[in-house]
Amino acid sequence: MLKIVDLEVGNIGSVIKVIKHLGVDFELITQPEQLIGASKIILPGVGSFTAAAKKIHESGFAQALNEYVVIKKTPVLGICVGMQLLASTGEEGGESKGLGFINATVKRINSFDNSLIIPHMGWNDIDTNEFPIFNNIDNHSCFYFVHSYAMTITDHANLNVAYTNYGEDVVAYVNKEHIHGAQFHPEKSQHVGIQFLRNFIELC
Amino acid sequence: MLRKRIIPIVLLDGFSVLKTINFNSRRNLGSPITVAKTYNTRNVDELVLLDIDATKQKRAIDKFTIAEVAKECFMPLTVGGGIRTIKDIQGLLAKGADKISINSYALENPSFIKEASDIFGAQCIVVSIDVVEIEDSFYIYNQGEINYNLELVDWIKKVESLGAGELLINNVTRDGTMQGGSVKLAELVSNRVSIPVIYVGGISDPDDAALIAKTNVSAVGIASIFHFTDFTPSDCRDRLRLENIPVR
Repeated sequence: MLKIVDLEVGNIGSVIKVIKHLGVDFELITQPEQLIGASKIILPGVGSFTAAAKKIHESGFAQALNEYVVIKKTPVLGICVGMQLLASTGEEGGESKGLGFINATVKRINSFDNSLIIPHMGWNDIDTNEFPIFNNIDNHSCFYFVHSYAMTITDHANLNVAYTNYGEDVVAYVNKEHIHGAQFHPEKSQHVGIQFLRNFIELC
Repeated sequence: MLRKRIIPIVLLDGFSVLKTINFNSRRNLGSPITVAKTYNTRNVDELVLLDIDATKQKRAIDKFTIAEVAKECFMPLTVGGGIRTIKDIQGLLAKGADKISINSYALENPSFIKEASDIFGAQCIVVSIDVVEIEDSFYIYNQGEINYNLELVDWIKKVESLGAGELLINNVTRDGTMQGGSVKLAELVSNRVSIPVIYVGGISDPDDAALIAKTNVSAVGIASIFHFTDFTPSDCRDRLRLENIPVR
């Protein structure tokens, strides 16, 4: 069954709403033991990387996700901060450790450009590069973003990456085998976002 | 490239949608759930829902109404009205709000902005500011009174430094008049802060929305012309596109 991880550090009601809309069975889980029987995992996240990273390690989810995702190869989709958690480290409010599934760090967006409005908030288009998870979605479709930090990839080997542009190229989607991360909020991105989640569930 | 947003603004008197003129002279426009459903079908960029009686009646915007509205929304939803506690925010987020707009209580207790931003993240905290125009000058307006002791520019800078993630600027003088938005106010605010600014108040038609969108604002909020004329959010986006302003 699809398991949606609730780290209790932000609102995940919108993700649940879309999954219900798609008519997919799921279980909302707050304890790592509840990952048993997971066929797919969604890791949503809103708010701060530091708070979410602390929670994922303290709760035991980091270890459990490592077992399910790395060893058992269960497909996972991280959304926003959930996507950032897939990285090795984050630099928000001091350095903290992520899950390390993707060789990347999470840094403030374009910190050299003071004129840029932060957060990067609103609709921005993605060069979807025909990755399967963007099936039936036009290239350069707009998705809803809201974030101040973004993933900087340190090792591109075996990665599929789709970018959006905000002062510089910003990682919008990252994929390594069965591991997927979306910096944007598919659950807030109207039809294209619903299609993206449907694709994760049906194709990945 | 990041798109400029066109945001329908929906005002509530607790349970019904209404539209005001200069924050007075009300018209009742029915159920917020129906209105939200319509806007969702119209594929709008975002929706803002504000309960304008909540502060006066010493309550927060009703979270069960928000829950019903959120069911109809697959786009970002900002809600505000009478919010004064962390618990108010938690309750509304749990019912499906994405961003929380704080107005009167931010003026009363500015440190609440920081407290809320630290807990929920800047992206979640919108500070809403009501502004009146007197002979080309702008003043903060709160609960029926003009505040002459706090400069608008000082307040927006302070709000930004306290961790607000977005500003919602309501031009009270032009509210509901459909006389045209104030480019001067939109410029004044958007040129002084590095967080997104939504300008609201007086938009007369899609051409006027484009004039405001040409400033550094991130979004234009509109109510009256969507309620009372045939113009839709799509018409506004199409007009902006003709002016080479990036829209979805």
